[in-house]
Amino acid sequence: MLDILKFTPSEISILALSLKIALFCVVLILIPAVLVAWVLARKSFFGKSLLDSLVHLPLVLPPVVPGFLLLLLLGNQGLIGKYLHSIFGISLAFTWIGAVVASAVMAFPLMVRSARLAISQVDKGLEIAAQSLGAHPLKVFFTITLPLAMPGIITGLILAFSRSLGEFGATITFVGNIENETRTLPLAIYSYTQIPDGDLPALRLVILSMALALSALMISDRLERKANQNIGRHHD
Amino acid sequence: MIDIQVHLKRKHFELDASLQLNQRVTAIYGPSGAGKSTLLSIIAGITQPDSGRIVIDGECLFDSQARINKPIHQRKVGLVFQDGRLFPHLTVEHNLSYALNFIPVQNQQFQLKLIVELLEIGHLLKQRPHQLSGGEKQRVALGRALLSSPRLLMLDEPLASLDNRLKSQILPFLKLVSDEINVPMIYISHSKEEIMQITNNLIHIQSGKVNCQL
Repeated sequence: MLDILKFTPSEISILALSLKIALFCVVLILIPAVLVAWVLARKSFFGKSLLDSLVHLPLVLPPVVPGFLLLLLLGNQGLIGKYLHSIFGISLAFTWIGAVVASAVMAFPLMVRSARLAISQVDKGLEIAAQSLGAHPLKVFFTITLPLAMPGIITGLILAFSRSLGEFGATITFVGNIENETRTLPLAIYSYTQIPDGDLPALRLVILSMALALSALMISDRLERKANQNIGRHHD
Repeated sequence: MIDIQVHLKRKHFELDASLQLNQRVTAIYGPSGAGKSTLLSIIAGITQPDSGRIVIDGECLFDSQARINKPIHQRKVGLVFQDGRLFPHLTVEHNLSYALNFIPVQNQQFQLKLIVELLEIGHLLKQRPHQLSGGEKQRVALGRALLSSPRLLMLDEPLASLDNRLKSQILPFLKLVSDEINVPMIYISHSKEEIMQITNNLIHIQSGKVNCQL
């Protein structure tokens, strides 16, 4: 009975690959997303609504579209990809790094949305007070705005992480479905459903996915609570 | 010596202020909408006037003709806001010492210890702002502004949001600071009676017009 809890080496390597890609994805987008979020929350400039729409585009497009565009841009024959390949020897298409890029594009808007909401809710009066005490605006950002927006940024991180774990369409289009390279959890589940007798292994991975998603949500809740306490905000 | 000549025109509001202040403590009072807060935010550098000049102790903070407009963080104008505006994620102690990070030690006018004793907030140092009463918050806000070594301290309705019991927690300290701390101060209030408890140097502002030497 307990055998069902024993995961095979191949299942573990699928899980490890998925986690690796999701982790690199959030590390890649964290700083740019917070920066874009701050610009959208605090600045007004020409072309702001265009930037806003561009950032959100992956949320409303079928994921296969960003995947295909990535292939055109960053594929080994792509507009940018051919130089990456010939000059730096970097190949994104059909590699796990490409999978990181694909899920980063899809997760970016979620991260920006959370961070933007959190930053716009930081009282500007506090930022002005900090400036009147002699703090340079950059210093104000790091000592006041960022810590106060932290709960929302953490939420964004978890959302992006989960989105990356669940990424399917853009990934399979851009980097394919290669075992031990780009075959993440959802791709592996899909693969099993395409072969005879694949239902049981697929189900095992489904359970694994659900456990992972549930843990991410619970960790997010805990972190958010803690972050809220740190900034003196309390709610049950 | 504070010399202010500023003009600002908005859709439904015009501010024309000409002030020469030689008293160390001055109060500006007038009904709401008279332009008190606008004047304060112009002096602090939060709002930019259309034209004019602001000079404090010989140092020019704003001059529309000479195109001088010092940013807020370089003006050294300490602000005490009506709502305190304490940083909620920092302890009282870190709120107080926030400005000390930006001032070289030899330029620091006051020591943390002195201010803490003067305002009797020693027992609050480890607490967070949300644990404080209204009067305690205002005392911490006052201390925090003083510790930024301001060349001018401006207090925006420091008593307005407090009931009588809480006022008694801050009023004696405002008097103490006015009497003992050698920093020029401008109080802003809608109530003449209230502000007379602190100073007799009063300036009236009405409909955005004020012209006074004191």
